[in-house]
Order: sequence, then C-alpha cells, then structure tokens
Amino acid sequence: MSASEQPHPTRPSIAASTGYRLGRVLAPNRAYRWLAGRIEARPRLRRWFTAAERHSKQRLFGCRMCGQCALPATGYACPMSCPKQLRNGPCGGVSANGDCEVYPGRRCVWVIAYERAERAGHSADLTLLQRPVDHRLAGSSSWLNYWQGRDEGLWTSDDGLAHPAPVHRP
Amino acid sequence: MTAPGPTGGAAGTAGGLRAALAERRFAVTAEIGPPRGADPAAVAEKAALLRGWVDAANVTDNQGAHVRMASLAGSLLAARAGVAPVMQLTCRDRNRIALQSDLLAAGALGIPHVLLLTGDHPCFGDHPDAAPVFDLDSVQLVWAARTLRDEGRLLSGRTVAPRPEFLIGAVENPFAPPVRFRAARLGKKIAAGAEFAQTQFVFDVPGFDRFMAAVRDRGLDGRCAVLAGVGPIRSLAALEFVRTKVPGVYVPDEVVRRLRGVPRDRVAAEGVRLCVETIEALRAIPGVAGVHVMAFGYERGVPEILERAGFRRDRAGRLPVGGGVGAG
Ligand code: SF4
Repeated sequence: MSASEQPHPTRPSIAASTGYRLGRVLAPNRAYRWLAGRIEARPRLRRWFTAAERHSKQRLFGCRMCGQCALPATGYACPMSCPKQLRNGPCGGVSANGDCEVYPGRRCVWVIAYERAERAGHSADLTLLQRPVDHRLAGSSSWLNYWQGRDEGLWTSDDGLAHPAPVHRP
Repeated sequence: MTAPGPTGGAAGTAGGLRAALAERRFAVTAEIGPPRGADPAAVAEKAALLRGWVDAANVTDNQGAHVRMASLAGSLLAARAGVAPVMQLTCRDRNRIALQSDLLAAGALGIPHVLLLTGDHPCFGDHPDAAPVFDLDSVQLVWAARTLRDEGRLLSGRTVAPRPEFLIGAVENPFAPPVRFRAARLGKKIAAGAEFAQTQFVFDVPGFDRFMAAVRDRGLDGRCAVLAGVGPIRSLAALEFVRTKVPGVYVPDEVVRRLRGVPRDRVAAEGVRLCVETIEALRAIPGVAGVHVMAFGYERGVPEILERAGFRRDRAGRLPVGGGVGAG
C-alpha cells in the first residue's frame, strides 16, 4: 500500500523476533549519529535514504512515515496503519473475531501487536504511554530522527501508575 | 457567573457524579443524546425524565458519527434542567487545538465532568465523506485534560489560568479483543488521569466479572470508579441491530436465546427484566462503583428500570436556583 491511501490495518510481513533483532541493530550509537549527520547534510542523499526507509518499511510493516517510529514498543506492528491512528492500544470497536471495525476481514493491528508482543515476552511494552505525535515529522526518516535523538521520550519509561508521567517530552 | 466550586459545577446541579463517588454511594449515570436540530427543549425534556434518578447524565458528542447539537451546548441545557452533565468529547472531529479549547470552555462554563473518548469512525455516520481527525488518541486526550487541570498547562507547554476543575472520565470495552489487554488499557487511561470509567454494554456478566478481577488484580479499582454499562434490548430488531451494527457490543448466545424465546409482544418486557437482573448482578461484583444506563431513545424507561433495580428518585439534581448558566 502507499502512504497516500487511507490507513488500514496491516499485518507485518516479518516476525516480531526479527523486528526486535533489527531494533537492536539500529540502536543509536556514535557511529549512527555521525552517519545521520552526514546524510542530513546532503539533501539528495537524505531524500534517497528516506525513500529507502519508506520502501522497505512500507513493504514490511505498512509504514506511513510518521517520522517517529513506535514499532519497538508495539510488537513491531505499525499503529499508524490503524484507521484511527491510535498509538496507545486498540479502540473499543474491535469485532469479536479480532477484526477492525472499519475494515471487516482485516485483523485489528492492535490485536496483531498484542499477540506479537506477548509471544515475544514484550507485552509490558504496551502499557507504556505513547505521547502525542509530532506531525511536523511526517514524511521524514524515523531512522535519522532516532539516531539524532529527535524522538526521545516518544513513550514513557514505565506504566505511569506509581508516579504520574508528564505528557510533555522530558 | 461565579466560579464553579469543586463539587458544584454548572449551576443547579450540586452533587453530581463527583459527590456520589466521594460519598462512596453506588453511582447511577444515564445518557442524553442531543437532537439533530436546534431545539433546546429536546434536551430539557430528556433531562427532566432523568432528574433525581441519576447522579449525572452523559451528553453524547455526535454519537455514532452522526451530526447532532454540540455536547457542550447539550451539557449546558442538561444542567439548566437540573441534571449534572458528563460532557463527552471525542478525538474524531477535532485536533489538539480544538480539543483543549473545548476543555477550557467546559471549565469556564462549570461542566462538572468530562468523558474523553476516541469516537466512532466517520464511516459509520451520516457524513462518511468527512475527514477522520484522530490527532490525539483517547489516552493522550485524558493525559492532556489532566495536564490542563492539574498543572495548568497546554500540550504546547504554555500555562493556562484559571484551570478547569472537571472530573475526568474515560471508557473501556471489557469484551473487545484482545480481551486480556483490556484491564491494562484501562490502567493506561488511569495513569493518564482518568478518575472514572464507563464501560460498553454488559450482557455477559461472567465475562465482565473476569474483567473486574483483572482490574482488581492490577489494583485499579481503588484508583478509578468503574461504572458498568447496561441497557434494555426492547425488540428483536434492536437485538439484531446491537449484535451486528454497533461496533464492540457482544451479546452472548444465551441472551439471544432468552429474548427470542418469548412471544414477540413480550420481548420488550423481557429485555427490561434482563436489564434489571444485570444491574443487580453487577452491584454484587467487587469494585463496581455504579452503573451507566444507555437506553438510546428510551429515556422514559430509565426510571422504571432503576426503580425495579431498587433505586429511588433521591439523587441530587434540583432545579436551578438562579445565577450562572442554570438561570437560562
Ligand atoms: S515510522 Fe511511524 S508509520 Fe512508519 S512503521 Fe514506524 S510507527 Fe509506523
């Protein structure tokens, strides 16, 4: 699907375990930060890099290039493929069989996320509070944003029940 | 108008859900759907039926994505008619600027409670061609409301003064997959600031019991008042409608059999009896703080249901006594 279509729940085409492994490979470090700086200094290279992310993640996850990737905390299922773009879990309209209320016949992406996260022993990730999306980042490379530290505090560090978490990014 | 007090809110509705919960009374809320039209009497009439029977009434926000009078106006009209409103606000139609602005408006007008939810997708409503906004999700909206009220700050970080004082509510559907995640999702809303939660229709009491056990296991019942959703199914057509057309409503087979098993002219009575029995069963479940009666279009039947379930018309909700928005 292309990002210009209406969002619809998308089952990732790779296993969650592969996602977690990729997540570890992409974890920010000094080398990545240096690389991101070099890429961002060259507009054409940046466009090419962003297109590469778009193509690969669209195929793998139905990525919509929100620019602030939630995948590491959602069982590597993209929440922006939800027709309501919910970042904090499923709405109350999921059908008894687990289908999306808007697209009967398609499994709710949050049901998919829950199943993937649980199987991988990551279900506690889903209790973290996801902060509101910064729409200015739409269309930009989440990898560059990640390596440059621009998406820090996208979600809270715990479930926020013991101590209220601030809605503003730290 | 004078500034609303922490228990007062809109003039003439002292008490309300906040008082019921503070006094640890079993709370009762119902629903008022504003009209498709600009007739203020439509809200007043529904409120008059409920006054005294309920601690507060939800005023829905373009429910089912169908255009209706705004919930803020409906809330004011309900307050004028002596019913403490719970103003519903959904993420479907407004971005974060409009949502926060409406929360400030609710604060300024003394709306005592707000209920913050995602909202049905526009594809279900009368304007399927509308833009689905969903700039925030319901957890984020609850979080923004708490930040506004308790920290006096907007999502931008800018300060607001004075702060609104409403009680913050959310919704949960104990029956929607992934069922085992539902108590945790309620936990997220509580962490974000929800102080009460109303649930989707409960027709499956054992299923709801399991949900409440998970809520108690997480220690959430002491932090949030859970009001169980109930309502009467009054015809086989209505049964078919809620089973197949209302997202997220689950009607177990035994309920279907029971309603289909009576003569057609007895379905309405059986539906009401089922609703009464459900309320009685829910009262016995630890951690249930009240019931939320949704009787779309059958507001006149709510008093009978409540009376048969053992409630009396003794809840706050006197007629307005002048001043403020209640003076109308
Ligand atoms: S970058 Fe955003 S849209 Fe793309 S996969 Fe991650 S969360 Fe989904």
